[in-house]
Amino acid sequence: MITGGGPIPEVPARFVLRRGLARTHPRRKAVPRHAARKHHFKAKVPLVEIFQNILNALQFGSFYALIALGYTLVYGVLRLINFAHGDIFMVGAYLAYFVAVTLLGIGGLNLGLHMDPGLALAITVPVTMILTALVGVTLERTAYRPLRRKGADRLYVVITALMAGLVLENGNLALLGASRKRFPDMIDKVIWNLHGVTVTNLKVIVIVASILVFLLLQFIVTKTKIGMAMRGISYDKFAIPLMGIPLDTIIVVTFVLGSAMAGLAGILFAMSYPILEPYMGALIGWKAFIAAVVGGIGDIRGAIVGGFLLGFIEIGVVAVFPSTLRDLFAFSVLLIILWLRPTGIFGVAQTTKI
Amino acid sequence: MKRMTVKILFAVLALSLGAFALIGCGKDSDTIKVGFNLELTGDIPKVGEASKFAAEMLKEDINSKGGLEVGGKKYKLEFIYQDNEAKAESAVNAALKLINQDGVVAIVGPNSSKQAIPAGATCNDNQVVMVTPWSTNPDTTKDRPWVFRACFLDPFQGPVAVNFAAKQFGAKTAAVIFDIANDYSKGLAEIFKTEWEKKSGAGTVVGFESHGTKDQDFSAQLTKIIAAKPDFIFIPDDYNQVALIVKQAHDLGYKGPFMGSDAWGSAELMTLCGKDCIGQFFSTHYAAAGAQGATKEFIDRFNAKYKYVPDDVAALTWDATRLVLQAIQGAGKVDKDIKTERKLVRDALANIKEFAGITGNMKFAGTGDPQKCAVVVQISPEGKFEFKESVCPE
Repeated sequence: MITGGGPIPEVPARFVLRRGLARTHPRRKAVPRHAARKHHFKAKVPLVEIFQNILNALQFGSFYALIALGYTLVYGVLRLINFAHGDIFMVGAYLAYFVAVTLLGIGGLNLGLHMDPGLALAITVPVTMILTALVGVTLERTAYRPLRRKGADRLYVVITALMAGLVLENGNLALLGASRKRFPDMIDKVIWNLHGVTVTNLKVIVIVASILVFLLLQFIVTKTKIGMAMRGISYDKFAIPLMGIPLDTIIVVTFVLGSAMAGLAGILFAMSYPILEPYMGALIGWKAFIAAVVGGIGDIRGAIVGGFLLGFIEIGVVAVFPSTLRDLFAFSVLLIILWLRPTGIFGVAQTTKI
Repeated sequence: MKRMTVKILFAVLALSLGAFALIGCGKDSDTIKVGFNLELTGDIPKVGEASKFAAEMLKEDINSKGGLEVGGKKYKLEFIYQDNEAKAESAVNAALKLINQDGVVAIVGPNSSKQAIPAGATCNDNQVVMVTPWSTNPDTTKDRPWVFRACFLDPFQGPVAVNFAAKQFGAKTAAVIFDIANDYSKGLAEIFKTEWEKKSGAGTVVGFESHGTKDQDFSAQLTKIIAAKPDFIFIPDDYNQVALIVKQAHDLGYKGPFMGSDAWGSAELMTLCGKDCIGQFFSTHYAAAGAQGATKEFIDRFNAKYKYVPDDVAALTWDATRLVLQAIQGAGKVDKDIKTERKLVRDALANIKEFAGITGNMKFAGTGDPQKCAVVVQISPEGKFEFKESVCPE
C-alpha cells in the first residue's frame, strides 16, 4: 500500500510532535497535585480506602478509556466527532446481551443451546465485536459516506452523527421497549480480599482488557502500514488517495476498529453493571468524549490517559468531598486542564477544528 | 408577491389555530375523559406500565357494565394516557396536553415524586384535579387544594423504616445512599437521617452519600460507606438503581443488610437484581403475598390478565382511579362546561372522608393526603415480597 520513504513517515505531524509532551510536563502536575491533596486528607481517608478507590477508578476509567479510543480513532482519521459512538457502545451491550442469552438458552433466538457460561463468553466476545463493528460500518456507509461524497461541511456530518445516535437510541426504544434487560452472569464472581481491599475477578479483567486494547491500537496505528495510512489521511485526505491509498477502505478499517472496541466495552460494561437500557450510552458517551478531548483528541495515548484521568477525578472527588459535588468538581478540574491546555494533554494545535 | 406569501402564512396560521380550538370542543357528551400522566418510557417504565394495566382493567370493568353512572345517566369512560418519560419537564407538558388539548376532567399520576411535584403545580394552577397514586413526597400536595394522593407520605414512611431497621437488625448506626436529582429519594433520605439521629443520637448516620439519576457506578460512594462500617445501608432509590447499588456493595465486600423504601416495590426488581436482593427488607404500600378479600381478587385478576403479580403501583393506581371516579359520581352531574365540571369533581373529592382501597383504608382529614398503614416486606428466596410487619399511624 504505502511504499515507504517519501513524505509519509514524516507526515503525521500531530503524532510526531510528541516533543510537546516534554513541554507539557510541568502542567501535567495537575494530577500529582490532586493526589497530594488527597494525602492532606489522609487523617480522614485511611490507606485501605485509598487503594480501594484506586481500583474503583481504574475500573471505571477503563470504560471511559475504551469508549474514548473510538472517538479518538475516528477523529484522528476523519476529523469527525462521531457523536453516535456512545450509542454504538449501547448497541454493543445489547448485542452482547442477545448473543449471550441465545448461547445460554435463556432467551433471544431459541436455538436450543445451553452452553457452559465460560464457553458462551468466549464466543460472545468476538461475535459481539464483529457485530458491533458491522453496525459502525453500516453507520459510516449510510450516514457519513454519502455526505462526504457530496463534499458537505464537517459541521453537517457532526450533526448527522448526533442524529444517528438519537436514531439508535430511539430505534432501540421502539424495537425493544423501555423495559430494562438484565445481563446474565457469565463468569463466576470471585471476590478477593487483600487486607480490606476487595477486588473482583471481573474488575481485573476490565482493567487488563483496556490496557491490552490500548497497546494493540497503539501498535496498529504506529507500527503497521494501515496505521501509517490512517495517519496519512488524517494529515491530508486529498493528497493521500493520489498515492494509491484507498481512502474508503482505510476509513472503514477505522470504523471497524473503533466500533469493535465499543462492542468490547459494551460486553465488559454489561458484565460489570448488568442492567441495560436504551439511553445507557448517552451519558457515558459524552463523558468519554470529554475524556478524549482532555487527553487530546486524535491521539490514542490521549484517549487512554484522558479516560483514566476522568475515572480518577470522579472517584477521587467522591472519596474526598461530599458526593453531591462530584460532577461539579470533576468537570471544573477538566475545564481547568483545557483552559491551561486547550488542545488536551497530548493534542497539538490545529488551524481548523470543530 | 411578498405580501401574498405573508397573507397565505397568516391564513394557514389562523386555520391551524382554529383546528386547535376545535379539538377542545369536539367532546362527546356521553363520555367522561380521565387523563393519565405516566412514566411509560424513561428510567422506570415498569411503573408506568403497571399503572396503565391497572387503569385499563378498571375501565373495562366499568365500560362492560354500560359505563359510570353519574346523576342517573351512564357515561362511557375514556382514559387518555400520556407518557412523561419519567422526566420532570415532560410531566408538566403531559399535564398541560391532557388539560388543554384532551380536555380531561381529572388526571391520575404521575407516580414518582420527581414528576408529580412539578405536574402537581401545573394541575393546581390550571384548576384540574390530580391524584397521584405513588408519590410520597410531602411537597406534591402541599398548599395545593387540587392535588390528592392515594399513598402515605415520606414523613410517615421514614420513621417506619427507622423503627423497623433498629428492631430487626439491632442497628445502632446507619448509612444512606440516595439520588440527589430525585425529589423522592432526596426527601426521604433527609427524613430518614433526621429520624435516625433523633432515635440513636447525633452522628449515628455514619455515611450519607448521593449519586446522579443516570449513574451506573457507585463504587466510590459505597467504598466510603463501607469504610464507615454501618450496621445497615438505607437505599431510598428507584428499583433499577437498587439493583446496581446492592450488587456493587456486595462486590466491595459488604455483607450487612439493606433497608429499602417503597420505590423498590416494582415487579421488575427481582429480574434486575437477582440473588443479591434476596433477604432484604423494604417498606411499601401493600404485600401481594398473603393478601385477602378485595385485594386478593384484584391480584388474581391482574395476574390472570397480565401474567405477573401486580406491584404496589398497580394497586395504588387502581385505588387512585377509583377515588377519581367516586368523586365524578359524587359531583352529581356532568356539567357541559369543563371548568365547572372540574370544580365539582374537586369539591366532591375533598368531601370524601374515608375510602376503602385495596391498599388499605384511607382517611382524609381535609387535605389531599390520606392516613393509611404501611407494611414492611422481606424478599423471599423465590423473589416474592413477603409480609413482615404492618405499621399504622396513631
